[in-house]
Amino acid sequence: MICVFIEIRDGKIKKSSLETLAEARRRADELGWPAAAVLAGSGVEKFAPELFPHGASKVYVIDDPSLEHYAPQACAAALAEMTAMASPKAIFFAASALGRDLAPRLAARLGVGLASDCTGLSVRDGKLLYTRPVYAGKALLTLEANGSPAMATLRPNVFPLLSEPAAAQGEIASVPVQIDPASVKARVIEKVSEDGAEIDVSEADIIVAGGRGLKGPENFTLLKELAALLPKAAVGASRSAVDSGWIGHQHQVGQTGKTVSPNLYMAFGVSGAIQHLAGMSSSKYIVAVNKDPEAPIFRVADYGIVGDLFEVIPALKAALIKLFSDS
Amino acid sequence: MNISVLVKRVPDTESRIRIRQDAPGIIEDGLNFVISPYDEYAMEEALRIREARGGLVRAVSIGREDASTVLKKCLAMGADEAVLVRDDLPETYDGLRTARIVARAVEKKFPDADLLLFGRQSVGADNAQVPGMTAELLGWPHVGVVTKIEWGDGEATAFREIEGALEKVRFSLPAVLSAQKGLNEPRYETLKGIMAAKKKPIPVITLEELELTAEDLAPSITAVELSAPSVRKAGTILEGDPVEAARRLVEILHGEAKVF
Ligand SMILES: Cc1cc2nc3c(=O)[nH]c(=O)nc-3n(C[C@H](O)[C@H](O)[C@H](O)COP(=O)(O)OP(=O)(O)OC[C@H]3O[C@@H](n4cnc5c(N)ncnc54)[C@H](O)[C@@H]3O)c2cc1C
Repeated sequence: MICVFIEIRDGKIKKSSLETLAEARRRADELGWPAAAVLAGSGVEKFAPELFPHGASKVYVIDDPSLEHYAPQACAAALAEMTAMASPKAIFFAASALGRDLAPRLAARLGVGLASDCTGLSVRDGKLLYTRPVYAGKALLTLEANGSPAMATLRPNVFPLLSEPAAAQGEIASVPVQIDPASVKARVIEKVSEDGAEIDVSEADIIVAGGRGLKGPENFTLLKELAALLPKAAVGASRSAVDSGWIGHQHQVGQTGKTVSPNLYMAFGVSGAIQHLAGMSSSKYIVAVNKDPEAPIFRVADYGIVGDLFEVIPALKAALIKLFSDS
Repeated sequence: MNISVLVKRVPDTESRIRIRQDAPGIIEDGLNFVISPYDEYAMEEALRIREARGGLVRAVSIGREDASTVLKKCLAMGADEAVLVRDDLPETYDGLRTARIVARAVEKKFPDADLLLFGRQSVGADNAQVPGMTAELLGWPHVGVVTKIEWGDGEATAFREIEGALEKVRFSLPAVLSAQKGLNEPRYETLKGIMAAKKKPIPVITLEELELTAEDLAPSITAVELSAPSVRKAGTILEGDPVEAARRLVEILHGEAKVF
């Protein structure tokens, strides 16, 4: 069985968890295994029915008041108990902020290895193999787990949801856990919103990113306006723009920023340094707008416009407004 | 407060990676190596905590003898001492194995440590596993991707980056924290620091001394293959004036790519 940890944020199942579940389902089918989902928290059983169509044939529910606020030690302990009960062959998480925090803890607790931030899974000779970018995307590493369960985190926005609903319903199993409150030495006490940005770059379908070519902080408004015209779009930035103080670090894409895989990445006045490409080259479509026809970003872009972004952005906005008002 | 900062020697991110033919790994000859950038934020934070609250800053690296170059850098930045835990394997991409070595080194050699500071992840393997795994093995809390730390009396809080927000996490010591960009601006080494670092010995701890068994050191995960990624092909440059090019782009993205 492959078990997928399901993350609930702000009263909703995270899309990246559903993507992970879908991929688990596809690989489990190949191996002739079941795929299951795990919900851990307080009052989370109500989410179980939503998971069957996304590929879970069974949902394990760990309901404990100590899990109401994210406390990694408590959560890892609970998941270890679930693992002992259900003996999954593999456990997957989305490589979200929470998944990247929790999966290493659980892996160490279970004494097994972890394949982080995978972008590809495959089955060879009846074994699961995990592929992930290393060295800023300059190489691809394929890994095989030695112990059991195998563990992996899967990069958000890379794996598609199931094209057809898997099942309308399935089994729900409750997992009783014992958590020693004294073992919990860190706890989230508050969530602080940074700049009111609604969509994070790591979760956006579309990213409009700006670099030093934007010339100043005020011009990020141009990108915000462009993003506002597009569905589920966020504003990204190069490190140069962030280091110049034009926009907050949470918008930085790249090796020392966030890794993103949107459907569309539009880069305005970004040269395309290797560290920037490391964060965005798994985007489905890349568009580059740059004055310099030799800019390295054009080497990865599906579509490019050689020109002044201060002329191109208004023209794009006009074309989008026309498109959406016509349709 | 006694702080151990874990630092790693990694290929400079600008460098071109050449893949070995005989085993899953890279050819190191001719590569330029640096301290992993996130570790610099960790090192800087340790120095600032010492400046504000006293204590000792120790830089620790797990690796081959050549890892001493990054330890020298830490000494030059101002670390009080530096220690190399000698592990002669090339990059294994195995976070658990490294975490086991770190946790044992802390238990056996640095039981005085109140805080372990790591970078958010090493650039290279990009695993982002060792801090959390080490914390779990020690039974300590871990707060990762930290951009701000507040020290109170008897308790501390750290802010960590999550999607679209920050989480404020309260934790007790001893603890493991891992640094994100934004935590601080790392200082440069001074000439005086560089000269002093040259003279400082770097003690070496062996894996035998840590009494790690073959089982402790057994790989938890195996690299099957390291390959070159398929290169993205350069696409189409849309010609014409900006208005025409923008109109055409919107048409393609909507009609053919169907991204909106
Ligand atoms: C360890 C390390 C980590 C790093 N991590 C990151 C990271 O995470 N993310 C990241 O982005 N970078 C990172 N960098 C920095 C990276 O190497 C580059 O310096 C940076 O990406 C350059 O940003 P830029 O493209 O905005 O600026 P520049 O390289 O200055 O490029 C600006 C571009 O704008 C174009 N331009 C100027 N005016 C206009 C105009 N009016 N219209 C159209 N085009 C215009 C120019 O032709 C140029 O191509 C890292 C570097 C190091 C050493």
